[in-house]
Amino acid sequence: MANIKELSKNPERVTGGHRLCAGCGAGIVARQTLLAAGNTPVVVTSATGCLEVSTTIFPYTAWKSSFFHSAFENSAATCSGIEAAYRSLKKQGKVTEDIRFIAFGGDGGTYDIGIQSLSGAMERGHKILYVCYNNEAYMNTGIQRSGATPRGAHTTTAPSGKVHQGKEQNRKDLTEIMAAHGIPYAAQAYVGNWNDYVTKVQKALAANGPSFINVLTPCRLGWAYKPEDTMTLNRLAVETCIWPSYEVENGIYKINVKPKEKKPITEFLKPQGRFKHLFKPENAPILEQIQKEVDAKWELLQKKVEIFSKA
Amino acid sequence: MIKTVYPKGRLVAKTGNEVMAEAMRQIEPDVVAAYPITPATEIVQIFSQFVADGIVKSEYVAVESEHSAMSATIAASAAGARAMTGTSSQGLSLMWEMLYIASGLRLPIVMAEVNRAISAPINIHGDQSDTMGARDAGWIQIYSENSQEAYDNMIQATKIAEKAKLPVLVTTDGFIISHCMEVVETYPDEDVKNFIGEYKPDRYLLDTKRPYTLGSIDLQDYYFEHRWQLAQAMRDAKDIVLEVAKDFENTFGRKYDLYEKFMMDDAEIAVVVIGSTAGTAKVVIKELREKGIKAGLIKIRVFRPFPAETIVKDLANVKAIAVMDRSDSCSGTYAPVYSDVVSALYAAGITGPKAINYVYGLGGREINTEHIAAIYDKLGKIASGAEKAFTGIEYVNVRF
Repeated sequence: MANIKELSKNPERVTGGHRLCAGCGAGIVARQTLLAAGNTPVVVTSATGCLEVSTTIFPYTAWKSSFFHSAFENSAATCSGIEAAYRSLKKQGKVTEDIRFIAFGGDGGTYDIGIQSLSGAMERGHKILYVCYNNEAYMNTGIQRSGATPRGAHTTTAPSGKVHQGKEQNRKDLTEIMAAHGIPYAAQAYVGNWNDYVTKVQKALAANGPSFINVLTPCRLGWAYKPEDTMTLNRLAVETCIWPSYEVENGIYKINVKPKEKKPITEFLKPQGRFKHLFKPENAPILEQIQKEVDAKWELLQKKVEIFSKA
Repeated sequence: MIKTVYPKGRLVAKTGNEVMAEAMRQIEPDVVAAYPITPATEIVQIFSQFVADGIVKSEYVAVESEHSAMSATIAASAAGARAMTGTSSQGLSLMWEMLYIASGLRLPIVMAEVNRAISAPINIHGDQSDTMGARDAGWIQIYSENSQEAYDNMIQATKIAEKAKLPVLVTTDGFIISHCMEVVETYPDEDVKNFIGEYKPDRYLLDTKRPYTLGSIDLQDYYFEHRWQLAQAMRDAKDIVLEVAKDFENTFGRKYDLYEKFMMDDAEIAVVVIGSTAGTAKVVIKELREKGIKAGLIKIRVFRPFPAETIVKDLANVKAIAVMDRSDSCSGTYAPVYSDVVSALYAAGITGPKAINYVYGLGGREINTEHIAAIYDKLGKIASGAEKAFTGIEYVNVRF
């Protein structure tokens, strides 16, 4: 468990003055990730997206550690190239410090266009942490559906209209796909709980091999809610079990945050503009279907914990 | 026939791919990231064996695609490593997006490239459509006539890239050079290492004492300046290529230039060509010269930056020129090398020579001495006024 007193002494390596929206989850993710790394030197890579464009407007930068962006789909391949250079230069004695490598990507750059490069990097065993700041759509280009967009959400390329009611497919389960790579550490986290997230980052950075964290990161524009509700909304995602907080550490499943009482999914959906259309009486079957799918996945996760709880 | 020109040189029999891998072993880059592709596969395959046997200290990253190969090479270079890769054809095409990023970020990457046709239809044999397709990517492009040149070019490319702060690709013609065994003079490891020197980047990501941000978003207020700087770096690279060639000649005894002139001093008819076909053309020229025909050849070695200013001087007094392209732009007009040669002539105010465009050898289609002799024959007739110069593209040895 992370200790807030110790954390408060850690250097701030993502500065204020970046140009992310008020209430944006991505800035919180970036800041907490580097806070969790403490004083360990890190090199950060990022996919093209909000986090990158808002923090690196030339000639300014919000990053106090080395930061590298090259393209949209290759944050993992990029990070693995840096890590390979590190191994080579360290072997030759040209670099002496212990450095960690962190790759960021949004859900578009991770679930969709970047999944090949991510899967390749994980399979090759590069010692990197990949953080998917998952806001469930292509927010940087104007809220287009991604493989992470949940059923029923309105996006600009899966809009709700007279015939269709937002995205008609369920989202891809990327956390499980990553866990299936057999990497030492894969986890699902959320912005609304610093302790849960920071602990996961620290575990991931300590892992002897590749690690992956899928962190639910609200986008106030894309989700259409009030900026001050970021944390509350995120907690509701976990309390409704729409986004369980869990980890797979060396094959062992653990649910990290168990809701005292499982709330109905409508509590998470209702405050968000992107689900507004689902609350028309004729769309009640969609809400029922979402609830059913969430229940089934929650059941399955608990079973996995039962089966894979010991080494 | 290749002869030793360096006192400590050694003659060996090697294919183009083997000799490029040999150059890579001697250069010993810190990181090589690659994905297999015919006919370039052997280069990185041989290199990965060097890594497996502990002969080199390099890290070999066997990535899952050429896109990731170039991404990882770019990242390794940005991190402060001497980084290389190898590819061909579809592989280079998949790297397209990243090629521009490598040059835009001014990273001195070296790529061993084996020229091969581009799909569709799929074809694994040699033509230059792949690298011609990448001609605007801000990469220095050096073409080799044979394995000796491929080897020498790889060694020079390392130094050129680091001085010019530009990525460099060195090519051989697929199968014609890549898979054919030739006699090559190689130089001792130590002398190659001394020639290229140690790589000391000004700024690199792993320098934790001086962290920096690379790959920022560059809006209306800076992007244009950065692209101008890239274009200027390419213009400046001509002198760097020549400077490195001079060093190379002083060290190893082999002379290189931006392009090679063969029997051009008094030439009345000339062919401009790139790559292995230059060797075939030289045979034809020798035969023609015995008959008293004043035939010459210009073999372009460095296609990017294009040596426009000097090439026009050598072509100014020729009566008829054939520019032979081993790729086609499908532009509705002319192929890439022809377009560059003719625009250079026009810009220099030289309108005397008739310049004709030949496209040949696509997908590995044979080009032999008879084909080239026929081109010179045609040039002779055009030069004497017996025949009119044609204005379209002449396709060599193709069935319509």
